[in-house]
Order: sequence, then C-alpha cells, then structure tokens
Amino acid sequence: MKEQQKKNTEEILEMANHLKWDLGMGIHDKIVSSLYADAAQIARKTVSMDGDKPAFSLERKVDKVVTSRLLGFPIMFILLAVVFWVTISGANYPSGLLASLLVDTLHPILKNAADGVMPWWLSGVLVDGAYLAMAWVISVMLPPMAIFFPLFTLLEDLGYLPRVAFNMDSLFRKAGAHGKQALTMSMGFGCNAAGVIAARVIDSPRERLIAIITNNFSLCNGRWPTQILIATIFIGGMVSPFWAGIVSTGAVVGIAVLGIAFSLVVSWGLSKSVLKGEASTFSLELPPYRPPRIWQTLYTSLIDRTLFVLWRAVVFAIPAGIVIWLVSNITIDGVSLAEYFIDWSNPFAVVFGLNGVILLAYIIAIPANEIVIPTILMLTVLVTGMSGIGEGSGVMFELDSITSTEQILRAGGWTLLTGINLMLFSLLHNPCSTTIYTIYKETKSVKWTVVATLLPIVLGFMVCFFTAQLWYLFT
Amino acid sequence: MSNQPNCENCPVHHKSNLVRLGIDMDKVDYVVALAGNPNTGKSTVFNNLTGLRQHTGNWPGKTVGRAEGAFSYENDRYKIVDLPGTYSLLSTSTDEEVARNFILFGRPDVTVIVADATRLERNLNLVLQILEITDRAILCLNLMDEAKRNHVEIDVRALSRELGIPVIPTSARKREGMPELVAMISDVASGKYVCKPHRQRNHTPQLRHAIGTLAKKLTDQYPGLPNADWVALRLIEGDQSIVEALQNGILEDLVENTTPMAV
Repeated sequence: MKEQQKKNTEEILEMANHLKWDLGMGIHDKIVSSLYADAAQIARKTVSMDGDKPAFSLERKVDKVVTSRLLGFPIMFILLAVVFWVTISGANYPSGLLASLLVDTLHPILKNAADGVMPWWLSGVLVDGAYLAMAWVISVMLPPMAIFFPLFTLLEDLGYLPRVAFNMDSLFRKAGAHGKQALTMSMGFGCNAAGVIAARVIDSPRERLIAIITNNFSLCNGRWPTQILIATIFIGGMVSPFWAGIVSTGAVVGIAVLGIAFSLVVSWGLSKSVLKGEASTFSLELPPYRPPRIWQTLYTSLIDRTLFVLWRAVVFAIPAGIVIWLVSNITIDGVSLAEYFIDWSNPFAVVFGLNGVILLAYIIAIPANEIVIPTILMLTVLVTGMSGIGEGSGVMFELDSITSTEQILRAGGWTLLTGINLMLFSLLHNPCSTTIYTIYKETKSVKWTVVATLLPIVLGFMVCFFTAQLWYLFT
Repeated sequence: MSNQPNCENCPVHHKSNLVRLGIDMDKVDYVVALAGNPNTGKSTVFNNLTGLRQHTGNWPGKTVGRAEGAFSYENDRYKIVDLPGTYSLLSTSTDEEVARNFILFGRPDVTVIVADATRLERNLNLVLQILEITDRAILCLNLMDEAKRNHVEIDVRALSRELGIPVIPTSARKREGMPELVAMISDVASGKYVCKPHRQRNHTPQLRHAIGTLAKKLTDQYPGLPNADWVALRLIEGDQSIVEALQNGILEDLVENTTPMAV
C-alpha cells in the first residue's frame, strides 16, 4: 500500500515535470501576467476616480521631500531632535513632581513606619534599597516614556517610519544587512528588547542575527536620562547659558547618530566576517500617510508600551536596589564592599577615562540602565565622604538641581573627559539583562547571546581608551 | 405600539449579538482567516472583532507569525486567525508560506481578505490568488474613509459580481462596516451565502489542457481533493512546498480531513 502510494506520487510529479517542459519556459511569468491582467480588468470596471486626485499628488510631493537625497537625512535628524527636545523639556517637571512625592514625602514616612516594626537592616534593604530603587525608576522613567512613546507611535501611525527605512535602506544594504533593519533600529530607540523582538520581520537568519546584535547601538529609553544629564552638565556647561540648551541637545543627537554609525559599521564587519553573505532584496511599500488617531494612540501607547516597559523596569530595579544597599553597608574592617571595588578598579578605569564608581554602577545597573545615574551619585558621595548631601550610605538619591549634581561629580574628580566618556560608554556597553534574555529567547543560541553581550562592551572600552589617550596627549 | 425602538427589531442591528471573546478559543464552531496585503488594516479588523489589542501601526510587515483570537455571534463561536500581510502567494518568503499554508491546509471556514480601497488594483492580485485556493471568502474593502478622502469611488456591487464573493465596505479604524462584516462572516460560514469565486479564465489552451490532465490524475489518486486545478497548476510551475506536501502525505491529510465534513 505504502509502496503503491509512493509510486503514484512519483507518477504525478513526473507528469507535472513533463507538462512543464511541454509548456516551455516562462510559464510562471505567463500565469502571473494573466492574473495581473484579470486584476487590472476588474479594477477598471469597478473603480472610478473623481477629478485629478489632489490628495495623492500632495502625498507624492511630501514623499519626494522626505525621502530626497539632499533633505531626507537632515529632516530625519531634525525630527529626531524635536522628539528628544520635547521629551527632555516636557519630562523635567513631572519627573520632579513624582520624585518629590515618592522620594521626599513617601520615603521618610515608610522609613519611620518600617523602623518601628523591623530591625534596621531589614528596613534598610526594603525601604532604602528596594523601595527607593523602584521610586527612582518610576520618577525618572515614567515621564519621558509617557512623552516619547506616544510621539514615536504618532510618527509610526502617520507613516513616517517606512520613509526612514527607505532612506536608510541603501546604507544598510551596503553594510550587507537587511533594509528592514532600519525599522528594528528605530524600535530600539524606544527599547532594545522591543527592537530585538521586532527583528522577526527579517526573514533571513543571517540578517536577523545582524539586526539583533547591533540593536544595542540604538540608545534606548533607559539611557536617555544619562545622556541628557551629563550633556547638560559637562557639555552645555562649556558654553554660555544661551547656547547651553542647543549645544547639549546637539551632543545627545550626536551620540544617537554615532550609535547609528556604529550599527552600520558593525553590521558591515559582521557581514564580511562571521556572518558572511549578500543582502537579500525586499520590497518596501511606502504606505499612504494617514491622519493618526490621537486619543487612541495615547491610550494604546500608554497601556501597551509605557506601562509594560515600566513594569519590567520596576521588577528589575527592586533587586538592584537591594544589592546597592548591601554593597554599601556590608563592611570589612570598616570599609564597605563598594569602596573596596572602587579603589581596586580605579587605576584600571582611569586608563579608559572613566572611574571605579562608573564601572561599579554599570555592574549593579545591569538589570536596568535607568538606575545608572542615581547609583553613580550615591557611590560618589560615599567615596568622597561628602556630608550634608544625600541621605546616608547606600541610599539612592537624585538631586533636585543640576547644579548640586555637578558639585558632587566635580568633587568626585570628574572632568569633561569623564563626562564625554560616560556618554560614550552609556552608548557602548552590554545590553540590559532583559534585552540579553530576549536575545537568548529570540536566537535560542548561547553563542550569539554572548557575542551580542560582549561585543558592544569591548567596543566601548576601545573607544573610551582611544578618547582618553587623545585627551591625555593634548592636556 | 411597540415600546422597543425600531432599531432593535431590525435584523441589521447586530451590535448586541457580537460578543468579543479575546483569546478564549474553546469549542469554536468556525475558523475565520484574515488575509490581505501588508498595511491594509488586518490587525485593526482583528482587534475590532476580538476585542484584543494587537499592536497596530502604519508600516508593512508589522504582524509577525500569526495572531489568534475569538468572538461569538448569534450562538456560534468563531476563531479568527490574523495572517501576516503578503503581496502574493506565489513566491516563497516565510510570510507568504505561513499565509498560504494556513488558507490551504488549515481549511478555514471563511477567509476574510482585507483590501485597501485606495489601491484596489494591486490588492486584487492577491484576492484573485486566494480565490484560486478557497471557495469561501469575503472581501473586506477597508479604508473606505481614505478612499473617499482621495476621491476614489468603487462600485461595490459590480465588484462583488466580478469576484463572485460578498464585498463589505469598511473603515475599520472608525468601526464602520464591522456589524455588516460579522453578519456576512456568519452567512458564509453557515452556508447561507454561497460564493462562486472568480477563477482565472484566460489561460492558454495548452496550459488549460495541461492543468486538466494533471488535475484528473490528482483526483483519481486523491478523490475529494479540494481545488485540484490549483494544486495541478502549482505542480506544473514546480512549486517546491506543494511538491513536498505531496511527498510527505500532507495533501492526503487534506482529503481525509475534508471528506467527513462533506458527509
């Protein structure tokens, strides 16, 4: 019976093959064109256009401008800058408000209540560690995300993203990567984990891996606050107050563009070495511009993106907060673990224009990039032994004014070089643990997960080393 | 006389009959596939029917893999599968294979083809290809609001006559036309509305003969094979995934699965 079936199958296939040869070459094309002819005929019978289609021609004109060789990229950067500027300036006030509520008001109340019922170390771990980490992440992350995600979703709804992909396509193709990587890269500006998942739109496994590995070069939402704060203090501080805002926004956009450049260069390097291959072609439709539905966009981007990402950050920040409290409060011979590490790693870090505090902060903050700055400030206060600022050892805090943040950092021996290198290092370091986990889930490969984790941090140390040596050469 | 408002008595009033079930897909009576070109609003239609919130966005290729949800309407439960958007079912990208295999091997009770009314001609290429595979389809002519804005007019009844399937004009983003779509899904699924889908006619005589010969061989081998002509054409074209389906016996399963349903 089985044999018989197999024989029949072979017969059918042979017959099909035979017929194919009889019909000659180009049969596929003939079938497709007759299909298209049918479609055209039906469309002709049923569709009528009224007048000379004013909306279409306007759309075409807009497309000519936003995807033009000359203006395409400048428009992209300006839009990017406007989105950041709105995010930066709009997030400041609600962030301060949330901080004063969650940190200044609620924290002492909780602390007093906890001290009454539990031993000092437990209330330290829970209230000064876990609660404060969570409170900081919410007040630092929620406002910028609540502004950035809806703005980004509006651009997406409007139909601008495919134009970005269109502009970037030839660059990515030259780098041996897939043009759709421009889309996943844009998603990465919101959240790298989301960008890694979005890489599913790329069919070829080779190009998908490239997109996943390089996604970390898109500055994610958790890293924007670091960039903005450091740019304001060290780069905006170099020029007159009038220019400070523009110069520091420029510096942040510059870092973002540098990230895009790294994304392209690393894609090129990968596709010429371990992930060799040609870029596959794909068709990208420029969809019509559609008026975005403002309220629906606000709702869905708040519920689906903002709260989702925030929840993830909170979940990861709580254990990190506990660790920070512990390393600052567990002491050997009167010196805390944190101080041991900082003193030990400082000589090494200085070679890269960084310092031990930054390294420790990045290790502690692996779960969530957003807690880097609070951790750095807390650790700096701890080692410089400043008094009267902050809330005591192991308590994460962020200062109300940028000026007092600057005082702390300068007292910790920070220079313009430290600032620049922190910005560079913030761009080029390992992905956060959520992203690492997502990469593993998407690639199902330990090897590629390790590559995606270590590659950026190695690059980061190289770039920081280079700028530091240049700096030492000229100063 | 009647103290109910007239709307409630009218059969067109379906609002109360549609129950969005989200991902509760137990004991479904019918399976509905949602196919169409990229960026025509499939996910918006999907969200409207199921009450789920699949991410929607104005860029092609956003739905990855396939999403599933459910709704119930007039005591019947429907499972709805949102397929990735494709321009055709001819070549073999992963997306196209997922979509085609589901329509062919998943044997949905109804295939709703979502089309962009502002770009009907190009969308029809896919519609015609789907109609070659399945008998029970509905054209959901979406983005009618955009079409109106762009001064595009479509003769919906003539289109339905040409295609041989029901055509429902909708603006899914504004939820316009959704009740009519749901009612039509129910009619086609239950067999109340019988489709006579457009099939390609202008093949050359040689090709028609070749298809006929091979299709006969196929039906001899697998009596009750649905759309034998289409399978024959794909085999003549040397479609590798259909060849494999034949070799692995998947095509056979198709026959076995459909026969009991026909009885």
